[in-house]
Amino acid sequence: MDLSIAALLTQDGITNGAIYALLALALVLVFTVTRIIWVPAGEFVAYGTLTLAGLQLGKPPGTVGLLAGMALLAGAMEIHDCLRRGEASRIPRQLLVWTGVPLAVAALVWWVAPRDPGLALQVMLTLAAVTALGPLLYRIAYQPLAEASVLVLLIVSVAVHFALTGLGLWFFGAEGSRTPAFVSASFSLGGINVNAQSLLVVVTSVVLIAVLYLFFGRTLYGKSLRATAVNRIGARLVGVSPNFAGALTFTLGAFLCAFCGVLIGPITTVYYDSGFLVSLKGFVGAIIGGLVSYPLAAAGALLVGLLESFSSFWASAFKEVIVFTLIIPVLLWRSLTTRHHEEDE
Amino acid sequence: MNSPRLAFLGFVALLALLPVVAPPFWVTLGNYIGLYSIVTLGLVLLTGVAGQTSFGQAAFVGLGAYASAWLTTRYGTSPWLALFVGLALTLVVALALGFITLRMKGHYLPLATIAWGISLYFLFGNLEFLGGHTGMTGIPSLTIFGFDLRDERRYFYLIWVIALAALWATNNLLDSRPGRAIRALKGGLEMAEAFGVDGARLKIVAFVYAALLACVSGWLYAHLQRFVNPTPFGINQGIEYLFMAVVGGAGSVWGAVVGATLITLLKEMLQDTLPRILGRTGNFEMVVFGVLMVLLLQFARDGLWPWIARLLPRRTPAPVPDAPPLPPRERPSATGALLDVRKARKQFGGLVAVNDLSFGLAQGEILGLIGPNGAGKSTTFSLISGALALTSGEILFCGAPIGRRQPYEIAALGIGRTFQHVKLLPQMTVLDNVALGAYLRGRSGIVRAALRLDRADEARTRAEAARAIARVGLAAHTFEPAGSLALGQQRIVEIARALASDPLLLLLDEPAAGLRHQEKLALAALLRALKHDGMTILLVEHDMDFVMGLTDRLVVMDFGEMLAEGKPADIRRDPVVLEAYLGGA
Repeated sequence: MDLSIAALLTQDGITNGAIYALLALALVLVFTVTRIIWVPAGEFVAYGTLTLAGLQLGKPPGTVGLLAGMALLAGAMEIHDCLRRGEASRIPRQLLVWTGVPLAVAALVWWVAPRDPGLALQVMLTLAAVTALGPLLYRIAYQPLAEASVLVLLIVSVAVHFALTGLGLWFFGAEGSRTPAFVSASFSLGGINVNAQSLLVVVTSVVLIAVLYLFFGRTLYGKSLRATAVNRIGARLVGVSPNFAGALTFTLGAFLCAFCGVLIGPITTVYYDSGFLVSLKGFVGAIIGGLVSYPLAAAGALLVGLLESFSSFWASAFKEVIVFTLIIPVLLWRSLTTRHHEEDE
Repeated sequence: MNSPRLAFLGFVALLALLPVVAPPFWVTLGNYIGLYSIVTLGLVLLTGVAGQTSFGQAAFVGLGAYASAWLTTRYGTSPWLALFVGLALTLVVALALGFITLRMKGHYLPLATIAWGISLYFLFGNLEFLGGHTGMTGIPSLTIFGFDLRDERRYFYLIWVIALAALWATNNLLDSRPGRAIRALKGGLEMAEAFGVDGARLKIVAFVYAALLACVSGWLYAHLQRFVNPTPFGINQGIEYLFMAVVGGAGSVWGAVVGATLITLLKEMLQDTLPRILGRTGNFEMVVFGVLMVLLLQFARDGLWPWIARLLPRRTPAPVPDAPPLPPRERPSATGALLDVRKARKQFGGLVAVNDLSFGLAQGEILGLIGPNGAGKSTTFSLISGALALTSGEILFCGAPIGRRQPYEIAALGIGRTFQHVKLLPQMTVLDNVALGAYLRGRSGIVRAALRLDRADEARTRAEAARAIARVGLAAHTFEPAGSLALGQQRIVEIARALASDPLLLLLDEPAAGLRHQEKLALAALLRALKHDGMTILLVEHDMDFVMGLTDRLVVMDFGEMLAEGKPADIRRDPVVLEAYLGGA
């Protein structure tokens, strides 16, 4: 291996690592607010890429149908809950939020799709459509179980991953998609050829990571969201609605995942079931941060990206084996540094 | 013959008949249900009982299958020998994974098993000597004493004999000394450790047990198909195993069979009909399984088995037969202090919760530790029971220092305790809850329990527990679930559990809290009776009236220090105590 190959692999590794880092942050974010280990994050990444690919072909993406279906289901659940609590007067407002808004997004995407609105607008529509799925998923699958243990929530997550993968196949088809690069320029930096697309990925990731870190670490609102994970009743008593916190977190998480999907589209071909492995790489990064630390999770994800990139050069057949076996020494290290035996909930 | 046994024999007869009368298609399905049941059985113990989980069971199945496939085709090893190699390999891997992840919070094990499941899948698919993604063919069929099992109908019997044996062993295990401890892991870890259970070790045992069952299933699979490739050992199959356990009901061994049957039949049906309805091919059954799981977890978290069990005849519990008592603990001969607290100190950062506290406790004495809220009573209690470690000073029990020992070590020395917030396992009977107290007095391990060689030991433990229950006056409730009793009775059950450990010293943490007047009188009478029999008791209490009439001596604490010490009547008149309690007399 000479220096230019090493530089190329490093650049690849950092680009992928930046995407995994975004994803790791989404996972840490969801876990710290809701205690949910969000395995189906990967499906949101795949939906992101596939939605953008669909829009670029000028046809309404499968997301439209999925969004409409979930909006109707969430609306039905809201009506049921309102009636059971004897709050019929709240129904119109809840329906507007849970069914009206997502249906409007779906309709917009469906209407704009064949009109070739240009890449920027297509990206925005993609982000809007996939982001809207996030709170709906929380409302339908997780909210009724929000008090359950981390283990039960994890099993739900795996079940949701199963369902969303199957739905992905139904709504997007079995064909893979790849989106064209946003910028094709490249320039030379100290003798190393830097790809502008990679630079774009890294810069946007760093900006988003910084914003999240500041929001959850420094603002009162961010801290109060984190508090709901520790004590739901306590949070409710001081005026933070756990349901709202959950839905908001899933909105943010889905947005980050959709963003990853948009970024990853030009790098690799994405199929309806590609998301799982991508999100698991994010998990390896997030676990390095103990599922709670943003900077450590980001650093861990970067490490995963580099390891993946270099192992694909030396032992490409064993790339996945190496990346996923990394979790063992990481867990060993965490287990040895965790001071005492922790009691489960 | 009782009726549950009859229902079981009916099930076995049905199994025995199936290969004779059913078409080959159903025999094949029956074979798969048997193989899946074996794996799911392990998950019942791991997830439903011990409260841990794994999505990587399919990878252990793969280890068993590939180990045998490789050894028999490459080296011509006997499949039976290959089984043991596979089991040894699985044991090593499961032990390593368990040691690494089970010390940490519950969600690290499942995450690690997902990663390990994926790794192993790609490893199988990329290793040349294991045939890569195309797999390995030409695996020999099994023979038993020259009897060839190539025919699927014959193989059916082998699979189900092993499945039923695994079912029997797992059921035995749950109804035993180690089984009670494993059942306590989910939701009662702190309590179990106070009675000498090593929780971390038992979690690993449950994980290894589940992995070994999966390995056996894989070995059976390899010699049934006589062909292996990585596909059936991937992460999706691992997830489906967990679905089987949850759908069937992870709390019971029969839930494994129900879940495996249901998911297998449902998958068969969906794979047939869904693509026809939807007009294209694909794994659309995933959607149905995923939705089904979410619904089950939202509405029937215990799965289907509890509903089926309600329809089946129930065995009425027979009274516990008498058995010779378990060997009693050696009583200390010395007449000195049983417990000696010397300048015990506990600091949390800058806060001194217990400040150089000293007091002694003589044999046969009832001592009350009282004080206003925040005085450091509970911290002192935790220091003696081992839940917290001393910062400085020492605590001697029968002359041995215990200030820095683990709770289970202190339990072994002869200190039995109760909890301020009742810690019983609500689903388990009063008898089982109390028998857990005698954990350290029994000897039977996992293997003896699984093979039912532990009956003599178990009979003595149960008789001992029944005697403890009778002594506290709850014999009428012996077979009721502990959670169905009133709070006052639950506190008494906790005392019975502590008594079952044959303690030299009984530590009671606010035993009268939340009790009604009549219940308090009954409790006081019980404690007096215990004292009369020579028991030494230390109780931390809030309720002045309760301790006044009961104790021999009181130690009053305030702000982590001893405020006064003496007979109840003197304490009642002590101006310093009145000041602390009433803010000035």
